[in-house]
Amino acid sequence: MGMEGIGASVVRKEDKRFITGKGRYVDDIKLLGMTYAHFIRSPHAHAKVKSIDSSAAEAMPGVVAVLTGKQIVDDKVGNLICGWAITSKDGSPMKMGAWPAMAPETVRFVGQAVAVVIAESKNVARDAAEAVVVEYEELQAVADMPSALKPGAPQLHPEAPGNVVYDWHIGDEAAVNAAFSKAANVVTLELTNNRLAPNAMEPRAAIADYDAAEEHFTLYTTSQNPHVARLVLSAFYNIAPEHKLRVIAPDVGGGFGSKIFIYPEEMVALWASKKVGRPVKWTGDRTEAFLTDAHGRDHISKAEMAFDADHKILGLRVKTHANFGAYMSLFSSSVPTYLYATLLSGQYNIPAIYAEVMGVYTNTTPVDAYRGAGRPEASYLLERLVETAARQFKVDPAELRRKNFITQFPHQTPVIMAYDTGDFNASLDSAMKAIDYAGFPARKAAAKAQGKLRGIGLSCYIEACGIAPSKAVGSLGAGVGLWESAEIRVNPVGTIEVLTGSHSHGQGHETTFCQLIAERLGVPISQVSIVHGDTDKVQFGMGTYGSRSAAVGLTAILKAMEKVEAKAKKIAAHALEASEGDIVIENGEFKVTGTDKSIALPMVALAAYTAHNLPDGMEPGLKETAFYDPTNFTFPAGTYICELEVDEATGKTSFVNFVAADDFGRLINPMIVEGQVHGGLVQGIGQALLEHAIYDSNGQPVTASFMDYAMPRADDVPSFKLSHTTTLCPGNPLGVKGCGEAGAIGASAAVINAITDAIGNNKLEMPATPDRVWHAIHG
Amino acid sequence: MYETTYHRASSVDEAAALFAKGSEAKFLAGGHTLLPVMKQRLAGPSDVIDIGKIKDLIGVQLSGDTLVIKAATTYYDIMTNTDVKKAIPAISYLTSVLGDPAVRHRGTIGGSIANNDPAADFPAALISLGATVKTNKRSIAAEDFFKGLFTTALEDGEIITEVAFPVPEKAGYAKMRHPASRFALTGVFVTKTKSGDVRVAATGASQSGVMRVSAIEAALKSNWSASAIDGVTVSAAGLLSDIHGSSDYRANLVKVMAQRAVQAAG
Repeated sequence: MGMEGIGASVVRKEDKRFITGKGRYVDDIKLLGMTYAHFIRSPHAHAKVKSIDSSAAEAMPGVVAVLTGKQIVDDKVGNLICGWAITSKDGSPMKMGAWPAMAPETVRFVGQAVAVVIAESKNVARDAAEAVVVEYEELQAVADMPSALKPGAPQLHPEAPGNVVYDWHIGDEAAVNAAFSKAANVVTLELTNNRLAPNAMEPRAAIADYDAAEEHFTLYTTSQNPHVARLVLSAFYNIAPEHKLRVIAPDVGGGFGSKIFIYPEEMVALWASKKVGRPVKWTGDRTEAFLTDAHGRDHISKAEMAFDADHKILGLRVKTHANFGAYMSLFSSSVPTYLYATLLSGQYNIPAIYAEVMGVYTNTTPVDAYRGAGRPEASYLLERLVETAARQFKVDPAELRRKNFITQFPHQTPVIMAYDTGDFNASLDSAMKAIDYAGFPARKAAAKAQGKLRGIGLSCYIEACGIAPSKAVGSLGAGVGLWESAEIRVNPVGTIEVLTGSHSHGQGHETTFCQLIAERLGVPISQVSIVHGDTDKVQFGMGTYGSRSAAVGLTAILKAMEKVEAKAKKIAAHALEASEGDIVIENGEFKVTGTDKSIALPMVALAAYTAHNLPDGMEPGLKETAFYDPTNFTFPAGTYICELEVDEATGKTSFVNFVAADDFGRLINPMIVEGQVHGGLVQGIGQALLEHAIYDSNGQPVTASFMDYAMPRADDVPSFKLSHTTTLCPGNPLGVKGCGEAGAIGASAAVINAITDAIGNNKLEMPATPDRVWHAIHG
Repeated sequence: MYETTYHRASSVDEAAALFAKGSEAKFLAGGHTLLPVMKQRLAGPSDVIDIGKIKDLIGVQLSGDTLVIKAATTYYDIMTNTDVKKAIPAISYLTSVLGDPAVRHRGTIGGSIANNDPAADFPAALISLGATVKTNKRSIAAEDFFKGLFTTALEDGEIITEVAFPVPEKAGYAKMRHPASRFALTGVFVTKTKSGDVRVAATGASQSGVMRVSAIEAALKSNWSASAIDGVTVSAAGLLSDIHGSSDYRANLVKVMAQRAVQAAG
């Protein structure tokens, strides 16, 4: 493998351009004749658009056009779609209201666009937007799920009576009822999972460029999955056929799920570019990000767990309401169903599970996948419930977990997932050792003597990633397959380009993917380039989300690599007059095993392209493609333990220690894995202590800037102690599982369990602000 | 941002003259409040007059029992100034917990008090220490300077030139930081003057901006110790209540921060 192969903490290749300011983001791109878009957005959460008077704006110098929702509907640009069909308990399909890219008649959340100004400069567009007079008739809004579900509540969409999108369930209700009827103990917990605003560092942006002569569009956009964007824009939004639409996602500054979706602004930019005959650029600002980037989480749940007299879990019953906001975003429907309820078995042997999930419309920003997407909600619910049970039974929370751990694999849960491998005791042991769990009672007593409330909290999470086997997700309603593609081009001089359908927006693919090539061929990673993010360069691919790029994307590269190696060996064998089976690859050379005969990779590549002396019948060239469809999800799992102190007088939490023991299978680049875990943990801690996207009762956002939306800062989080226990994933040849979301999935329960342990009151919601904690202590 | 005309004044007189000429002029010091609201188009001044580079407005002087901090001195320069550390270390500490390093290198004491944000740190220090605000026209006692939320005694075009602090016997500041903005969710500044008077001011707590806390002052006057405040009840009436802190929580913070400020003062 050498110094740069699998398992080496190679410094990230891409960081040189990022840290020297040479990254090329959408907003850095300027096209000749480019115009600028500024959207006119609803200040009301629910209103009829009575009229739009743009005459004054259109007369302003530098204004190219003012375009409205009515025009985009008249031009037959399609409504936004939701790509995963969910069926309710009663067999009916989910009930979706129409979502036009700009509202022609009714606005349903603050920030929804009703019109757009296209102008010669950003400032002119903004000036003109102020001159457009929009007359609204305000309607009563519903900003939260209990209000939306009340009889007589204002209705968002005629298609969805009672503001209910679906009423779905999973599992065996009768078996769960039977389990509860014989239970010695039942533990109940009601909890919310707070709404979050994703806040990628780079706000969303788009440049659309229509070429009238070719009837061809180019879209530069902040996307995690440019091919999916092209597919949806083409097949559903009637922008252009796929071969007439190129989508480029260049450097993208963070996504966390929020850049999976195709948003109204990209659709409008493309449509407007054709209308005005010039390139159109839109760059969102932070306020627009808060108002229009799909939010995450927002569940209200009731959970009950049945135990026998020996504290073995007999059954789990969960009822969840999931807030979808005003419209169904692209993959929103799958998040609180197949990405959530299927993980409710956690790391435990639970013979019977029944979960009901009701999806609800409210006059708020749409909600969709955000780092973890459903799995943090499942993990938080389950890990708080198990911790609650331990306290109720007065047993050690670690021992209660251990007693119920799944130890035999494969393990079929009652909620679809079949865990392939894992060692939950190993990660629990590793975390307990790292934090000196046994010494905690003494530390708690010592802290108490100094007037501090100290607590410890565990979270044993499991997640499903490496998304996903296409046939399985298709049977569950997904509108797409979730394989990945790769192409490997060995150039005539032996350098290598890897074209991947995965998209890197912070994950470090340009380094880790090269490491696989270094591992296989023994060449330095400087000899390898990763090409991604451009539908004209890269074959169709599915993009990056759901911690899938290593398990699925890198496996596709491996499959292509195997084909390249096979052909290269044939060429080498021919050149060396040896048997193909005797050729081995070492340090960039093809050697005849047991001899000193060898031929270097550049010579093999050159032979492939000169084609002067190839084996009979062989095609010239050295370039191979592979599509890889996984056979199962992968199941990263681990234990997080948080130790902290609460200031009784102020309710403020201070971390003492935070340990993470993860099982991600094989690590490609441990340094990058560590960075991913750190980032995930910070997001999980952010959810637990700080972040909350709040609306007032009229649907006005209260937290639409960093002055009110508390993002975690470096001094809000501890230094983490990480460790890894490894069981290789049997589902893919690399044995990798995925590490991008684990931290965000597992951290929040550990923090809240630690605080509730410290203060001796289990009734505490996220974010556990000092105010909330102080009230939980003092009433 | 709306179009505006930027001027960099080299003297206070020049700044005042430029202000008089502008139709709707604004002074710019550190810019931490003005520039964001301009970017959001919530303010659209015809002229922006930068007074942050006027040499006469920058610096710290300690003479006898008075510490003078000139208006355009940045928080960072205040925090690291040896005279400040020697005369009123509580002010040095206050600036160390004000914002983050970027804020501390731009923000100024004059800008902070002219804006009079109800959660800003400096108003509490001025009220508690009994400071005097000097302008290009007059001297104003701190008590008369702050007039409620974002309102001061400053007249149109009046420029703060310096703040004069009497050096106290003891002073301390304690602050619970707002989790998002890092302003004071509640901050309390306590002072024991050289004549034995006690003055306690809280910021971030009251609906009407920085406030004196007479019950705590009375308790400390008879016994300068944190425990003297144990029995004091701070009323939640009239206190701010929002997503980050309810009024009863803030009332508690006024008491707890006062105790910690006394401990810090020694």
